[in-house]
Amino acid sequence: MSQSRITVDIVERAIQRDQYEDHLSHPDVGAHAWFLGVTRRTTEGKITETLFYQAHREMAMRQMQKLATEAAQRFSLSAVVLVHRLGEVRVGEVSVMVGVCSGHRPESFTALPWIMDRLKKDVPIWKQECDEQGQRHWVHPDGVDQGLDSSSEDPAGNELIERKKG
Amino acid sequence: MESKVFEVRIDLFAGAGERAGADHVMLNLSVDCDSTQLTAGMLLDCLGRSCPSLLDLLPSCRLAVDCEYVSGETLVDVGQSEFALIPPVSGG
Repeated sequence: MSQSRITVDIVERAIQRDQYEDHLSHPDVGAHAWFLGVTRRTTEGKITETLFYQAHREMAMRQMQKLATEAAQRFSLSAVVLVHRLGEVRVGEVSVMVGVCSGHRPESFTALPWIMDRLKKDVPIWKQECDEQGQRHWVHPDGVDQGLDSSSEDPAGNELIERKKG
Repeated sequence: MESKVFEVRIDLFAGAGERAGADHVMLNLSVDCDSTQLTAGMLLDCLGRSCPSLLDLLPSCRLAVDCEYVSGETLVDVGQSEFALIPPVSGG
């Protein structure tokens, strides 16, 4: 198998998917799949005004690179794009983007939730939630061993598209 | 046995930084002259004693040494490594 193309980025501006489209271009792939995580306004009846993201930047880049490389090997992906935004991310804006491509669709479909679950467990990035009263608090899911389904405990962030659609 | 004092910086993030009121803490550690190593768990214990406001969060935190997670039993070199306290992450 030829070497996979890995693109990892941490940005402090809006994430534009079209800027990364060509990173998945490959003549031998039959599937491109993207996941965009966006700031959600309502969580369990509470209104989120905005989110603010902070990172241990150097470590986050290393962890994202490691994660993307492992995903490419595990799912035989030809390319992986993994981008996270820092700073303020308003309701409806994209905080994280994952793009993958593979020869056939099952690998890409399976890779997206696997990558997001691990990102939410190991990549040192944190969100601070600001509610409509202006109260701010850091989101720290319970325990270090958050498991792979911690997104359900995340009060303000994003869940996988598959879960949102039920 | 003679000992030497090392000044160790630990970077703090998110709720940890908020509790400490700073983005890092400096610890003065006394270690044996013939070694600059101690376990990550010992370092976190020192951090808790030095900064009690972190005590409620510490049990759920991990220590990163030179940008890699380490377990509590891992020997770390306080003379050369970079340390960061990593509270439970919430990216995505």
